[in-house]
Amino acid sequence: MLQIENLHVTIGDREVLKGIHLNIEEGETFILFGPNGSGKTTLLMTIMGFAGYTVTSGRIIFKGVDITAMPTYERARLGIGMSFQRPPTIHGLKTRHLVSMCARGREVDVDCMAKGVNFDAFLDRDINAGFSGGEIKRSELLQLMAQNPNLILFDEPESGVDLENMALIGTTARALLDGATNPSPDACMRDLRRRRKTSGLIITHTGHILDYVNADRGQVMYNGVLCCDTRPIRPRDILDHISKFGYKECIRCLN
Amino acid sequence: MSELSQPLVDLNSYAFSGRQSAEVDDLSTLSAESKRELRMVGVDVDAASDRAGTFLQFDHSTVHCNSSRKGVEVLGIKQALRKYDGLPEYFWKGMDPDKDDFTRTAKQEELHGGYFIRTEKGAKVDEPVQTCLFIKGQNVGQNIHNIVVVEEDSEVHIITGCATSHGVTSALHLGISEFYIKKGGKLTFTMVHNWGEEVMVRPRTVGVVEEGGVLQNNYVLLKKVKSVQSYPTIYLNGPGAVARFNSVIVTPAGSHVDTGNRIVMNAPNTRGEIVSRTITTGGTIVARGEIIGDAVPARGHLECKGLILGGGVIHAIPELQGRKPGVELSHEAAVGKIAQEEIEYLMARGLDEDEATSTIVRGFLNVEIMGLPQELRDSIDQTIAELNAGNAM
Repeated sequence: MLQIENLHVTIGDREVLKGIHLNIEEGETFILFGPNGSGKTTLLMTIMGFAGYTVTSGRIIFKGVDITAMPTYERARLGIGMSFQRPPTIHGLKTRHLVSMCARGREVDVDCMAKGVNFDAFLDRDINAGFSGGEIKRSELLQLMAQNPNLILFDEPESGVDLENMALIGTTARALLDGATNPSPDACMRDLRRRRKTSGLIITHTGHILDYVNADRGQVMYNGVLCCDTRPIRPRDILDHISKFGYKECIRCLN
Repeated sequence: MSELSQPLVDLNSYAFSGRQSAEVDDLSTLSAESKRELRMVGVDVDAASDRAGTFLQFDHSTVHCNSSRKGVEVLGIKQALRKYDGLPEYFWKGMDPDKDDFTRTAKQEELHGGYFIRTEKGAKVDEPVQTCLFIKGQNVGQNIHNIVVVEEDSEVHIITGCATSHGVTSALHLGISEFYIKKGGKLTFTMVHNWGEEVMVRPRTVGVVEEGGVLQNNYVLLKKVKSVQSYPTIYLNGPGAVARFNSVIVTPAGSHVDTGNRIVMNAPNTRGEIVSRTITTGGTIVARGEIIGDAVPARGHLECKGLILGGGVIHAIPELQGRKPGVELSHEAAVGKIAQEEIEYLMARGLDEDEATSTIVRGFLNVEIMGLPQELRDSIDQTIAELNAGNAM
């Protein structure tokens, strides 16, 4: 689904990503750990194609298409969606209107989807105006539900979210990534899961999201490179290690 | 000449007489072109049955005037002056004829028309009254006087469209408007301007709101005009009176628009709010606003926000004047550009740059809050879309 080859990215004069290699398969959910300032958000912004993130070498391939120089909206239309950590307020733009625009002409029942994330009361408010942390996440998820992307980038889905909202956000994120996981008469759940097409790339500090989504693989980003890629490590084990020992081991591993 | 200096009006270059038009009894006989031009400013003659009344002024003549609902009277001003013995309580009572050259000219020159709209006490008029002041001839000087009286506990929405017909580039519009809102009355007044490119516009408006009365005023100007200069003043003279102004103004290159609103809070528990959203794509906007608090408690808030897209000048001049301890007045003003972050946010949802920009501009102008009829909203939406298509933004 997504292949990143030797990606170097600068912001201004500063090189932030220093040769990233990353492969995310169809239906796979990948967890990105790392301390603040290590370049995680930069990676997401670069995949999305935002201004200010200059690719100096390397390539990003999505669904077999080289998107390294593609404008953001074309990447979105090709099937990349992103949950923003701090989205901007757009005055006068109703949440309802934005959600329906995300669907790009596909028939969607905005009210019904909004009820699913307990957000129906916000549909007639300006997007992100005065939203709390949990409200922002629910709004982002609602937009992604309408957009229905094949690869979802989550920038810290748990930041600023209380415990009650975390459960709702976690299960919604899982539903987005898994598609339908209800038992079905004509296929076992394992096969159903295998058929899912949506991939995920999730940045997390706390790991709370791991209680909800099926994380397949994970790596740590440290100082603009990915480490811990020598053997498949379960994201949960990486988290346990980091919470016990911090990122010290990453430094040693890199050296 | 600096961009900020206002084009001067030479009164001698306009014809104040000689442009009479015949009455139009049956509005369906108007040409398709005229109908379209009227629709652009919110006056839909084909939907006249959904209106509480319709008034049309062409150049120097009132050509149509009718009210189809109980509770509201719509007359030509000359007819009203005859019927009500010169309207001694209202005619030139709120407005001082010696205010400036334009009020003096309006008083001296032949009066061409304008409307007199009065509600009955307690009447809630559900459908809007639509009026249009139309200039159909080149270099016409139009001298209009409008009077609106909202009697006690009544409500009405008046839509006034001002326009020039296709092909008329130069004209002068002088318009005196006096609003009288009695105790508990509510007036929603929406004005849409769509002038020719060399037209000069000098409206002079004053309003008096009594106890518990409400004035909601909307102003929309999206097309090129040589010069508009206006500064409506509303006096909140009764306790609990409220005035709210919403203005949406776009100036292409060559437009000079100097406009604002003044609210004078003369009684306790009054509230005033002035919100303007301005965009220049090359023209000049002087966005004024003044709230004067001369009684307590009284609250006023003024908001001027402007976007410069490509070129032009926006000069925001918000003014507050507190004259009593305890008044609460505030303002915020901002002149800037569309945030790249907002464009990218929408692009990440699949909107291309043009779609993202026009979505943000539409939200910024926020015509929604005016509560306008659907067809007028559609017409405004279309104008905003055309601005975008013309790469003005």
